[in-house]
Amino acid sequence: MVIGNGLLVWIPLWPLLGFVVVALLVKRLSHAQVTWIACGSVALAFTLSVILAVGQFTGGAPIKQNLYTWIQSGNFSLEFSFAADPLTAVMLLIITGVGLLIHIYSVGYMHGDDGFNKFFAYLNLFIFFMLLLVLGSNYLVMFAGWEGVGLCSYLLIGFWFKHPSYNQAANKAFIMNRIGDLGLILGVMLIAINFGTLDMATVANKAAAMDTPTLTIITFLLFVGAMGKSAQIPLFTWLPDAMAGPTPVSALIHAATMVTAGIYMIARNNVLYSLSPVTMMLVVVVGLATSIFAASIAITQNDIKKVLAYSTVSQLGLMFVALGVGAFDAGIFHMGTHAFFKALLFLAAGSVIHSLHGEQDIRKMGGLKSSLKLTHATFLIGVLAISGIPPFAGFFSKDEILVAAFDYSPWIWAGALLASWMTVFYMFRLLFLVFYGEPRQGVTRITHLHDAPQTMAIPLIILAFFSVVAGFFNLPELLGGSPWLAHQLTPLFELASRLNPPAHTEGIEEYILMSVVLLGSISLIVIAHQRYVTRKNIPAKDGQIRGLAHEMSYQKYYVDELYETMVVRPLFWVSSTTNRWIEVGGINTMVNGIGEGVVGAGKLLRRVQTGSIGYYLFIMVGGILAILAAHYWTIVN
Amino acid sequence: MMPVTHYIWLSLALFSIGVLGVLFRRNAIVIFMCIELMLNAVNLLMVAFSTYLQDAAGQIFVFFIMAVAAAEVAVGLAILIIMYRNTRTTDIDVLNRLKW
Repeated sequence: MVIGNGLLVWIPLWPLLGFVVVALLVKRLSHAQVTWIACGSVALAFTLSVILAVGQFTGGAPIKQNLYTWIQSGNFSLEFSFAADPLTAVMLLIITGVGLLIHIYSVGYMHGDDGFNKFFAYLNLFIFFMLLLVLGSNYLVMFAGWEGVGLCSYLLIGFWFKHPSYNQAANKAFIMNRIGDLGLILGVMLIAINFGTLDMATVANKAAAMDTPTLTIITFLLFVGAMGKSAQIPLFTWLPDAMAGPTPVSALIHAATMVTAGIYMIARNNVLYSLSPVTMMLVVVVGLATSIFAASIAITQNDIKKVLAYSTVSQLGLMFVALGVGAFDAGIFHMGTHAFFKALLFLAAGSVIHSLHGEQDIRKMGGLKSSLKLTHATFLIGVLAISGIPPFAGFFSKDEILVAAFDYSPWIWAGALLASWMTVFYMFRLLFLVFYGEPRQGVTRITHLHDAPQTMAIPLIILAFFSVVAGFFNLPELLGGSPWLAHQLTPLFELASRLNPPAHTEGIEEYILMSVVLLGSISLIVIAHQRYVTRKNIPAKDGQIRGLAHEMSYQKYYVDELYETMVVRPLFWVSSTTNRWIEVGGINTMVNGIGEGVVGAGKLLRRVQTGSIGYYLFIMVGGILAILAAHYWTIVN
Repeated sequence: MMPVTHYIWLSLALFSIGVLGVLFRRNAIVIFMCIELMLNAVNLLMVAFSTYLQDAAGQIFVFFIMAVAAAEVAVGLAILIIMYRNTRTTDIDVLNRLKW
């Protein structure tokens, strides 16, 4: 069944309707009603997405739907239009599919929260904007979605707005994203100026005729946007702080969907990027640096969500490496598998936090394996998937990235390998500290440990299932499979792969790479087991002295402090200086001066009002005589 | 027949007396009468010109002015009575509190 063009608009419209209904009746609807409206609207969007995806994957032509002319100015015209091709279909399935599961999970997780209805309104709004982002057929519609998801991210990070630190985290996320968005909007403007259109397909067709410096600037600016949204160096510090939001939000926005917008945007503009090798190299370098940097921080963090957050940053870095080396399909593939297993990990972590009544410090956990059986099983699957242990999903996607990186340069491969080895270590460290060993104070203080309720359990199971099988969607030929996803995406990246032909590492070499990765991973699991299960090593308390490297990593390399002194303080200084000299000294003095002048003149002139009637009559007669005299004088002359 | 200039001189004299009365007298009733004097000086001039120009419009105007003036006198005298009741005087210099 092929979806008609006219139905495309309904995919984002359902979540929008859900948002409008829930938001307008936020005080009137019961929690059960909101559950049905919010989950139902996303379920409808998901159903439509499945129909659309089936059409696209069975050879249907890309479809486009113009809603109306948005902007018309001289030669420049811009449609408000949606378009769908296989890449969009993949994104739609992830957004609505994972989104639906997380909606269902949230019903259990947010149960009893005062802001239940508001939370679902925000979630629906987020889904709407995310769909707008991926469905937009031109840069401005995409940008609208891009800004919208940033707004929803802000609202949901600061969802528990009574904690001042949560509000600060929300502000931080919003402001850092704003920096990136400035780059994006400048890039979009440059596209409009140079290409005379903002339609993505047209721009891609015209790109080959454009000169390289222009393209380099455009792609660089777009990449700045991606840095902000996808939390890459130097704009990554907002993502770990964003964990202040409720856990389903972290899973949906800060792991599965919104942060992958940067990946999507670059993959969508693969033609532009392929034509500007300098930016591509920058993407590789930034991605790789972020990946290693974030992974090395994750190793020492003690907050269960912070570890996952840094892991997300690290994995996003790996995706950028894939994009940068020209393996766009590998990047998208990893994005897809990552959406499943990272959402799973976050939701399982949420289940742990939920059972422990908000405890997030892994030093206070331990021994949860027996009491939270389902959570443990699903978390374990997630850990295996992200660590790249076959046959779980992460193995295939990560392997593809590593092979592509090896083709590009063995150094890049080594860096990516380092990052993924660190991933294995910190993920198993997390697993062992939370679920194995002796129960510590955070666990023992709770008398009735209960596992995830049904609404939370079902999404966990489904996501765990996909974390196992998602890899088979793109099985490398080497292992006797056929890369189905890569085939689907081939037409999209055709031009790009013609420009940068992938030199494929085949056969024995790929086996060797795979075994090196696997051997390292397995030995790291053993080491982690030794350290945290056999020797029962618990990370140091906050006051204790650590080694230099450990301390650096634990303190996140003081990046926040660095930004504080290098950016925030000078900015505050500039603000207070301009406040003193321009605002107070200049503008206020001028404005107040005008006011005071008027008042002073009034004080002088009011003496004229004496209150004596005779005096007024004199003035009146004098005035009339003066008018007559002036009149006479004009006539005479 | 009397030349029109005589009428003009008479009106001018009456009007000037009115103006000077308004300016130099302090009794509100006298000032009021002086205002009426100015009004009637103008009326006289209108009638004179009307006859001189053989145009009835001027005389019709005068009727209207007299009617309006009668109404105005009613209002003005009412104000004066209120003023007297409140201040027991008709001296305009007593009412000088409406100022800065």
